[in-house]
Amino acid sequence: MARYVGTPMKRREDPRFIQGKGNYVANIQLPGMVSLAIKRSIHAHAHIRRIDTSRAKALPGVVGVFTGQDLIDGGVGKLPCGWNVPDIKVPARWPLAVDRARHVGDGLAVVAAESAYIAADALDLIEVDYQPLPVVVDARKATEPGAPLVHDDVPGNVSYTWAIGDKAAMEQGFAAADHVVDLELINQRLIPNALEPRAAAAQWNPFSEEMVLWTTSQNPHPIRLLLSAFTLGIPEHKLRVISPDVGGGFGSKIFHYPEEIITPWVARRLNRPAKWVGTRSEASMTDSQGRDHVTHCRMAVLNDGTITGIHVQTWSNQGAYLSTFAPLIPTALYLTLLSGLYKVSGIYGEMWGTLTNTVPVDAYRGAGRPEAAYLLERLADLAAARVGQDPIEFRRKNFIPKDEFPYQTPVAFAYDSGDYHHLFDRVVEMADYPAMRQAQTQARQQGRLVGIGVAGCIEASGPAPSRVAGALGSAVGFWESGAIRVHPSGKVTAMTGSHAHGQGHETTFAQVVADELGVAFEDVEIVHGDTARVPFGMGSYGSRSAAVGGSALVSSARKIRQKAIKIAAHQLEAADEDMVYDQATGKVYVRGAPDRSKSFAEIALAAYTAHNLPDEVEAGLEETAFYDPANFTFPNSAHIAQVEIDRETGEIALQRYVAVDDVGKVINPMIVHGQLVGGIVQGVGQALWEQAVYDEAGQLLTTNLMEYALPRAREFPAIEHGRIETPSPHNPLGVKGVGEMGTIAATPAVVNAVLDALAPLGVHHLDMPLTPQKVWQAMQAAQA
Amino acid sequence: MYSAEFEYYRATSVAEAVELMRAHPGAKLLAGGHSLLPQMKLRVSQPAALVDISRAAELSGITLDGEMLRIGATTTHAALAASPVVSEHCAILSEAASLIGDQQVRNRGTIGGSLAHADPAADLPTVIVALGGTLTAASAAGPRDVLAGECFVDLFTTALTEGEVLTRVNVPAYGAGTGGAYAKHRHPASGYAVVGVAAIVTVSDGRCTRARLVVGGAQPNPVSASASEAALEGQPLNEATIAAAAAQVAQALPNPLSDHYASADYRRQLATVLARRALVTAAERAAER
Repeated sequence: MARYVGTPMKRREDPRFIQGKGNYVANIQLPGMVSLAIKRSIHAHAHIRRIDTSRAKALPGVVGVFTGQDLIDGGVGKLPCGWNVPDIKVPARWPLAVDRARHVGDGLAVVAAESAYIAADALDLIEVDYQPLPVVVDARKATEPGAPLVHDDVPGNVSYTWAIGDKAAMEQGFAAADHVVDLELINQRLIPNALEPRAAAAQWNPFSEEMVLWTTSQNPHPIRLLLSAFTLGIPEHKLRVISPDVGGGFGSKIFHYPEEIITPWVARRLNRPAKWVGTRSEASMTDSQGRDHVTHCRMAVLNDGTITGIHVQTWSNQGAYLSTFAPLIPTALYLTLLSGLYKVSGIYGEMWGTLTNTVPVDAYRGAGRPEAAYLLERLADLAAARVGQDPIEFRRKNFIPKDEFPYQTPVAFAYDSGDYHHLFDRVVEMADYPAMRQAQTQARQQGRLVGIGVAGCIEASGPAPSRVAGALGSAVGFWESGAIRVHPSGKVTAMTGSHAHGQGHETTFAQVVADELGVAFEDVEIVHGDTARVPFGMGSYGSRSAAVGGSALVSSARKIRQKAIKIAAHQLEAADEDMVYDQATGKVYVRGAPDRSKSFAEIALAAYTAHNLPDEVEAGLEETAFYDPANFTFPNSAHIAQVEIDRETGEIALQRYVAVDDVGKVINPMIVHGQLVGGIVQGVGQALWEQAVYDEAGQLLTTNLMEYALPRAREFPAIEHGRIETPSPHNPLGVKGVGEMGTIAATPAVVNAVLDALAPLGVHHLDMPLTPQKVWQAMQAAQA
Repeated sequence: MYSAEFEYYRATSVAEAVELMRAHPGAKLLAGGHSLLPQMKLRVSQPAALVDISRAAELSGITLDGEMLRIGATTTHAALAASPVVSEHCAILSEAASLIGDQQVRNRGTIGGSLAHADPAADLPTVIVALGGTLTAASAAGPRDVLAGECFVDLFTTALTEGEVLTRVNVPAYGAGTGGAYAKHRHPASGYAVVGVAAIVTVSDGRCTRARLVVGGAQPNPVSASASEAALEGQPLNEATIAAAAAQVAQALPNPLSDHYASADYRRQLATVLARRALVTAAERAAER
């Protein structure tokens, strides 16, 4: 009987966070530490004719100034791309640009100084002789004849192309259709804006030749691997990478960044500890960004509302270089999601990954899946209107029936479980959808622009079966490790390769381990984020920590239980198969004779004293498991939003938000609630406010939070949230991903609501963000 | 986010502040620091010296002096918003102050800082101009008063001169039959006014005897919508007269600012709509007094 799993335990990490006592990279201070600052390109595209560092070097307090060429001469390697689809062209990316800058913010030189102030002063003294070059920022325009080449060795700026689905079946679906709805849309570029900007600190020990790197990473082990094998050249046994407390990531801290190479390189070169702490402006200009698709999509339907075909063409902006997992996002996490919640045989998706003079683009909360859900749910609304059906009625007509799971889609994924009709029943009931529609009709009669938006979305979370990932282009596997060390007293240290940067793993994983072993929650400590303390791990992204990392801890706990049973059986002079491990108490007893028992602490002590162990059992009580998931998990959601538009100003008021999600079994309902609400707010942010704006010269106009609009609490009603549970059948916890689900569904729900409000005016589509000006202009044009 | 080097001086009185400003040409006054410090951290502003007036007690506080509200320059937005004296005698000012930024900004930002900085999107310049307030500035030559309507010369530029210390803001208390309202379209990121409109009307015997309508955010400085004001005077204030007056606001905005969030046309539209809404509220409030 679970004692902790399923209960809303308060997060044990919060006291240190809310009191400002976290240990972040920026807090690390070591004797003799130098501060680093990076000189960055002010041009989106330019030849670098010369970099004169002499005045900077002469400034008192400056310890060193190094250019990209200095780093290359000092042995650094190019940043690799970790996901290589067939025939991909991977352009060279050095830690600091050499000869040519390709986006505003591209690093050109690094200053090491006695203080951060002196380092900043020195940046102003570095003289860069730029020869500006023509610029391209748009994903589709980059492929047009005559577009400036971002890299001379990538013709047409197309790094790769990819397609999935059955083209003939798709064409057949369109040929058979009574109606086709067609949409040109832009899924705009977003800046992730983790609360804590990236940072790196490094310490070199010249005697042991060991390097310690502290970095704001969501996955320290893969970063160590990339540093060792590709970029820094310090072997893994001499390189320790620590991700201490990390203030959010939203995906942007998955990737290998230049500063993680530069900082240890400088520390070794100068033989002094070094630290770089990014500013908010640097985060805007250098953290990998999200989305940025130009898409043409079509949906074919019959008169009765049956979807017979979906065809998608997307130009995906990859930025100036390929970030670590960039090609994964618009391929295996985007086009593979085009079936949504729907049973459709004729699906075909194709995309072009293009290079532009912009910040590299990679995974950002949802990562490909929001882009797929957005276009599907927009098309579904247009198609429903075309056949004269209510948006929910239309969706229900096309849902995959619950008795068809596991369901093989025509775009690779096989969904594990779900009950979409029940999901929608629940949200319709919670929202009282018929009453909402009735009230809307009355409001419309009064001339008010009230809109109701519906979105039903699927996510593929918990990447990934390593074999599948390998077949799709991954350079790495996507299992996770979990190691459990039971101390002689019976206290437990659990080490996970997952990494928490806000998710609350120190609490949820302790709930899981405590229940698996039958020990007190307080007796379990979770360790993560340190390559010297945790076996190899893959980190946290893709809503994978509970499903994959949690399952790895379950696997290792089960090994502990097996060994505990052997030890107890031996000591109680009973057969292994006659023993019962009571997970409620941690006691192991002889079946039918509960008095003949050993407590968990007694067994732990016996394992370490080793005075009386079975012959085949080694001393100690410590197990490691590597869990490779059998499949992704497929959480799904039904969201309903209501908005009202101010006819005079175009301002949108979000009046109501009702969400029902199926994220499988829930470990900590309070944390799940927080994840979903946070995700919804972030998804609404894309719908209404957020956008990385580049001008034609490639200047980023939204480099700080005075310009880039994040969602504010005052813009939101209380979010009404409910859940249904269809456990994932293939992982031991029955969990599905939760970190990204809210973000995925909220964006189309709100955009559909706004366009529903505008429908009486004949406005059928607007690109995000739906700013008041854009809505006002659309109303003006419609009424003209 | 590291500023260039600067010297720091703390003034405990107006006289000391004036002397420090005289002794350090190019120095900037530091009060709440909410505009100045971010600019310094971005190195957009690199003053050689700062004169901190935030702890000069005589610069802070709100008093009613006959018909005049006198507000010390370092009075915070939060203090303005919470002041019973201000909400009793000049409610538009507390209303506008309560809409600035967020609570943290209001706790530190000051009225003098906001006016002296003259950000075209700031809220308080618009309101002080509408109120017909004056700004008292001190210098070695002694104090002088500057009419708010003549103070905001251009983007980030006031009629205050180098070395002058803005000490006090003086605004007339509402008379009988006077009501005001401030309506604002908030920039979703900065919280600044994309357009902010201050309306103050006085009603006597059912007719408007005086109307002030000032638009901020739309042009480089706060603009009086004179045609709208003239259209209201002598008229009863009702839906029709207010709408007709508000429709003339755009005339006062020949060259609105334009950026990727709001075009010139959209700013004119916002000004027109917000003017009408502010006037309606102001008229309602005037009727209650």
